[in-house]
Amino acid sequence: MRTKSTRWIPTLILLLGAVYCLVPIIWVVMASTKNGQELFTTFTFAPGSGFLDNLSELSAYRDGVYWRWMLNSALYAGFGALLSAALSGVTGYALAKYRFRGRNALFSILLAGVLMPPITLAIPQYLLMAEAGLADSYWSVLLPSILSPYGIYLARIYAAAAIPDEVVEAARVDGAREFRLFRSVALPMMVPGLVTVFLFQFVAIWNNFLLPYIMLGDDSKFPVTVGLYSLLQQGANAPALYTLVITGALLSIVPLIALFLGLQRYWRIDLLSGAVKS
Amino acid sequence: MNRRALAPAALALTGVLALAACSSSAGSDEPKAATGPVNLTFWSWTPNMDKVVALWNQGHPDIQVSVQKQASGDDLVTKTITAAKAGNAPDLVQAEFQALPTLVSNDVLADISKQAGAVKSQFAAGVWQQVSLGTDAVYAIPQDTAPLALYYRTDMFQQYGLKVPTTWAEFADAARQLKQKDPSKALTTFSANDSGLFAGLAQQAGAKWWTASGETWKVGIDDAATKKVADFWGGLVKEGAVDNQPMYTPAWSKALNDGSQIAWVSAVWAPGVFDSSAPDTKGKWAMAPLPQWNAGETVTGSWGGSTTGVTTGAKKAGHADAAAQFASWLNTDPTAVTALVKEAGIYPAATTAQTGSALAVPPAFFANQADFYPKAAEIAKGTAAAAWGPNVNVAYSTFKDAFGKAAQDKGDFSAALTAMQQATVADLKKNGFKTEG
Repeated sequence: MRTKSTRWIPTLILLLGAVYCLVPIIWVVMASTKNGQELFTTFTFAPGSGFLDNLSELSAYRDGVYWRWMLNSALYAGFGALLSAALSGVTGYALAKYRFRGRNALFSILLAGVLMPPITLAIPQYLLMAEAGLADSYWSVLLPSILSPYGIYLARIYAAAAIPDEVVEAARVDGAREFRLFRSVALPMMVPGLVTVFLFQFVAIWNNFLLPYIMLGDDSKFPVTVGLYSLLQQGANAPALYTLVITGALLSIVPLIALFLGLQRYWRIDLLSGAVKS
Repeated sequence: MNRRALAPAALALTGVLALAACSSSAGSDEPKAATGPVNLTFWSWTPNMDKVVALWNQGHPDIQVSVQKQASGDDLVTKTITAAKAGNAPDLVQAEFQALPTLVSNDVLADISKQAGAVKSQFAAGVWQQVSLGTDAVYAIPQDTAPLALYYRTDMFQQYGLKVPTTWAEFADAARQLKQKDPSKALTTFSANDSGLFAGLAQQAGAKWWTASGETWKVGIDDAATKKVADFWGGLVKEGAVDNQPMYTPAWSKALNDGSQIAWVSAVWAPGVFDSSAPDTKGKWAMAPLPQWNAGETVTGSWGGSTTGVTTGAKKAGHADAAAQFASWLNTDPTAVTALVKEAGIYPAATTAQTGSALAVPPAFFANQADFYPKAAEIAKGTAAAAWGPNVNVAYSTFKDAFGKAAQDKGDFSAALTAMQQATVADLKKNGFKTEG
């Protein structure tokens, strides 16, 4: 009886959490439909009449530079996350399945890296890139994004749990070389984990502001985050382009949503396989 | 995790940081001779700057400038300094007046007095003093200035029988009268989210926030002039005569648009802000000179304004002449300044341009005030000298915190000012500057 009467509490908490997460998104959706005149004057959550105008205005802004920024973001996040997942997969697998000197020390360094906020590294990374002559290039944003301590950590945990030692041994007995063993035996088992790493890293790079902000001077290489910021801060004598920024922000979350929906089924397998094994 | 494993990790990280710190000293001081067309990069946040620069590139095939559009603000100053330390700064940078001492003390800006000293006569003395920092050097060419003025709703002033204030005492009276007649309205607001306005008001009152004598800096943020300004606004906020909510919020835009606030102390660029924040009030505003502390005076401060500087990096690369030539052209050549006014909507710093043909027509939002720009040029003449120091950003951020709280609580503005002074002095000391007092 008691459980029944308190059952609504978790539901209520979840509902509150959902409202907390969704209200800003609804705000962005509604605000992006308002033209400059309606933006600050009409009711916050009432739709406006200017979405298509905002869209075409945004596309026309400086000859469509917004779409270039989106493309840059896709490039940084897509390649960065792909390479990061690959690197995390190899490293995580090696850390989980091989015993070698300094393994624990290496892993501890990586863990320390997880604790270190990436923001604190942005300036040292910039100085290093400048020294290498790579500052203000696509590489300057891409290279630091590839190494993700958290991704490696996740891949190691996942490899340790998902790849039974017996399978590795059996493949070795059958004569598989080490790389073949990784590619044909271990990798397929690690896919759900690596998809997670990919998604995390994709979102992290897509949303990253400080690293590209410091690294890049050339606005044609900006990702969408830094680009939109330059629309807000145009100096005192030019008003911030709120409607364009809001519309741009809305469009910039569409790829993230699409990616999550598209890769959702891998996550389901992830949960399922974990459940069966234990 | 065990402790022993962490030690090498920490060591490794310190190593990386030390390595990064070393790299900043690279770069040779020997100027190289430029051969072939010179390619210059220019960091600017001015909208449509690329179109203005295209005019230059057409006429100067040997000096090609490419604009890289940046976001304005304090962050850009930090970014520029970091880039300069790494030997990666652009050749030309746009910088606000108050950022110049910071950039100069970080060795970002080059002295271009040899190349560009001749354009001095085209600018008001108070403006030029800000780019020379009171020395014989020239660290930047002024691009735009932003003299303060009073903007008010003509229809509302008439409706409530208010007189356009010419002194701050009249301003306070007008605020009180309005509150009496209609408590739902406020003359204006005291906002603590933009330090530039407060700095401009203090400048008008004669404040000298930073003064340098030799190597020693004197910070006068809590001087008598600034105290007078702080107490004036603190008093108005305390008695409820003016609002205490920040500017540039949706609520503020709404208040301007629906007439809950009927005046705004702002700079010459205000029409652009009205246009986006209060579109329904088009044609209902007028500009008047800033109220004075002593009747009959014509002093004003400024809020914003920026310059074009040549970096030390450009000088090292042997591009100083080319870059300085461009900076002078951009801010004094009639074609360039006209294009800046038309394309970018700036208010030019060059005095001849302020009364030039580009500014013959008032801004569309102020179509009712035909003499908008002649009036602005008249106001601009009274711009008081400004005294900026190497850590304006610290003073500004303390202002936002201390005055933000004081305004919200309708509390003690003097105490907030003292906090601002102390934080600024402490930061100067921490960074190895000699301070006095």
